[in-house]
Amino acid sequence: MSSLELFAWATLLFPLAGTIVIAVAGRRLPRRGAGYVGTGALALSFASAIGALVMLQDLPHDERQVVAVAWDYANSVGVDAQLSLLVDPLSVFMILVVAGVSTLIHLYSISYLDSDEGYVRFFSYLNFFVFSMLLLVLAGNFLLLIIGWAFVGAASYMLISFWYRRTTATDAGIKAFVINVLGDVGLVLGTFFIFKHLGTLDFLKAFEGVKEGFPQTNDADLVAGCILLLVGAFAKSAQVPLHTWLPDAMEGPTPVSALIHAATMVTAGVYLIARMHPLFEQAPIAADVGAIVGCATLLIAGTTALAQTDLKRVIAYSTMSQIGYMIMGVSAGAYAAGLFHLMTHAFFKALLFMAAGSVIAAMAGNQNLDRMGGFRRALPFTYGCMVVGGLALAGVPPFSGFFSKDEILLLLGDRGGWFWILYAAGYVGAFLTGLYTFRMIFRAFWGEPVPEARELEEGHLHHAHAPSNPATGELEDTDVGFPGPEHHIAEREPTMKIAMGTLAFLAIVGGFLQIPKVTHVVDHFLEPTFEDSALYAREPSGGLIAFGLVLGAFVAFAGIGLAYYVWVKNPAIATRVRERLAPLYKLFLNKWYFDELIAMLVARPALWFGVWAQQTFERIFVNGLLVGGSTGIVRAGSSAVRAAQTGFLRYYALLIVVGMVVLAFYFLLAS
Amino acid sequence: MDIGWYLTASALIFTIGAGGVLTRRSPLVILLCLELMLNAANLALIAFARMHGNAEGQIFAVIVMVVAACEVTVGLGVIVAMHRRRLPIDVDELRELQG
Repeated sequence: MSSLELFAWATLLFPLAGTIVIAVAGRRLPRRGAGYVGTGALALSFASAIGALVMLQDLPHDERQVVAVAWDYANSVGVDAQLSLLVDPLSVFMILVVAGVSTLIHLYSISYLDSDEGYVRFFSYLNFFVFSMLLLVLAGNFLLLIIGWAFVGAASYMLISFWYRRTTATDAGIKAFVINVLGDVGLVLGTFFIFKHLGTLDFLKAFEGVKEGFPQTNDADLVAGCILLLVGAFAKSAQVPLHTWLPDAMEGPTPVSALIHAATMVTAGVYLIARMHPLFEQAPIAADVGAIVGCATLLIAGTTALAQTDLKRVIAYSTMSQIGYMIMGVSAGAYAAGLFHLMTHAFFKALLFMAAGSVIAAMAGNQNLDRMGGFRRALPFTYGCMVVGGLALAGVPPFSGFFSKDEILLLLGDRGGWFWILYAAGYVGAFLTGLYTFRMIFRAFWGEPVPEARELEEGHLHHAHAPSNPATGELEDTDVGFPGPEHHIAEREPTMKIAMGTLAFLAIVGGFLQIPKVTHVVDHFLEPTFEDSALYAREPSGGLIAFGLVLGAFVAFAGIGLAYYVWVKNPAIATRVRERLAPLYKLFLNKWYFDELIAMLVARPALWFGVWAQQTFERIFVNGLLVGGSTGIVRAGSSAVRAAQTGFLRYYALLIVVGMVVLAFYFLLAS
Repeated sequence: MDIGWYLTASALIFTIGAGGVLTRRSPLVILLCLELMLNAANLALIAFARMHGNAEGQIFAVIVMVVAACEVTVGLGVIVAMHRRRLPIDVDELRELQG
């Protein structure tokens, strides 16, 4: 086994070892021990990922796709199920982002979850979550991909409903799990469609054979398979209409939100489309579906975020919107740009969530923006991080989001045709991003300081009189299954500060990896994976680049400026606009009624069908015919046999004698 | 003597025993009649053994006698236990097996 393969396996196995060690021995470790073990396991995993990167770069350019096979599960005619990893620039890129950002999130959680009764359980789950995601991105065949995919769903369920005595949290966990299982089904069925024609589960063999297996573009089976893969990607990446679990997932602890949104889980769909690009390029219709859905998602999420009052939900909708950009990008052939945005987004989104966690801790668990205000002086470090994250998210030059988002849009514009619609929608979305991000920042940090902020300025951290669920106001205790009694804010905890500082630095400089016409680090690094792509590494014209960059910067500043004007300079405007556009506001406030729509189209018909089936099918056929019929037969048979059991001893003796006599006569006559 | 006589006697005793088991209601008498049936079978076994001139039938007869002794021991024990509990000593009264 080469050292590259060894590093890849080590990346995968460190978090798994961390999970097991913490689960088995976590309680015997000293205070915060589980947190340090979990963070250490992730740091080692990240170090291995760097090792893999170095080894990969040592290889010649066209040999940078290495399949590391541990053993075969089944290798017979038509099936080649192996435990194999595919180590190529794309997977190494993903493990670097996943392991790197996860390490910082673990570091942050050491303090953040400190007083929680479920501390050990939390870190065991957290390590398992990262392990699942690493398995997903390192998988070298469809089988292992599906396993990683399902593990991620299960881990997200465990972490979203981490505070398992909170009904809203368990509901959110169930919702996330059910929608993710829908995606799993799509992924499995899509794999069947592809496997049926290509006859192999291995990625590289499948991609090589795709031109022979599907000689024509847009072969019906391939399009169906790719759209089913997209269903999996949409469910995992929270794209319309399978996105409703993501805002609800905010019920989990804040580091979990950061992990789901930045490093693991929602980026899986983007990775999947990028990984399957040879299939999608052979089925452009499916790729177009992905691009259109991504575009719809970014607009729907952007408008919804404008009306939300929950701090974390605003960030959640911004994630949906940014993932929409990525899905749109990778579906339209802007692979490196989509993945570049994935990386920068991981930096600034993790940063935003960490900053939000610090604010929420200062508010003693309350997440309502209406209750917040004036934290600028009380939480200067958090404020700085939030602004850096917000500027990167809004795409203000020279922060990282500016370059990555504009590159996606640039390549969309370069493709021409109807992609211009997506191009324009992308800039509308960018305007909305600036608007809602800074609406959130201005409302939480500017204006009159709320009592909690004043208390903090005097050096005292606010604690609620009685702990309660911020969503419903129900009273809770601080025992296991609910959040712990203590709150920790970034200003006082070095681990939280280190994690946020590192991410803030990365969010500022991350974009310099790929500046149009200047640096092409990501493009060059990912090239071996996308060598076979006709759409990769096109050079847009200089005019389009200049126009895009200027427009992007202008749109971002316009969004922020409008946010400043509406929520700082002239707060009365917000109310007036809300009243003037009441129907629109209601639509955004109610999240475009997607929950109601799904309830009406899916949940309620299923419920009605269930009731109907219970009343007719179950009552008549199952209970009446199957259950009643079989018991009836047994009862009739036994009553016939019971008549023979009189209880008279001499009667039994007579039966024996008669039987013997009959037997004797039979043998006599027979002989 | 012809083997037929032995077998006739054996059959007669067996029939008497079977008739007793079927007609009598006292468990004690039923036990006695069972003994009769067993011994009728013993008689036939020994007669056949003598006819064939080997000892196998006699060995079987001895085993049957051992079994009979055990059976009488258990049976009498049951009857004594019934008597102690003041249960009716009448097989027609003991009808718990009725389905």
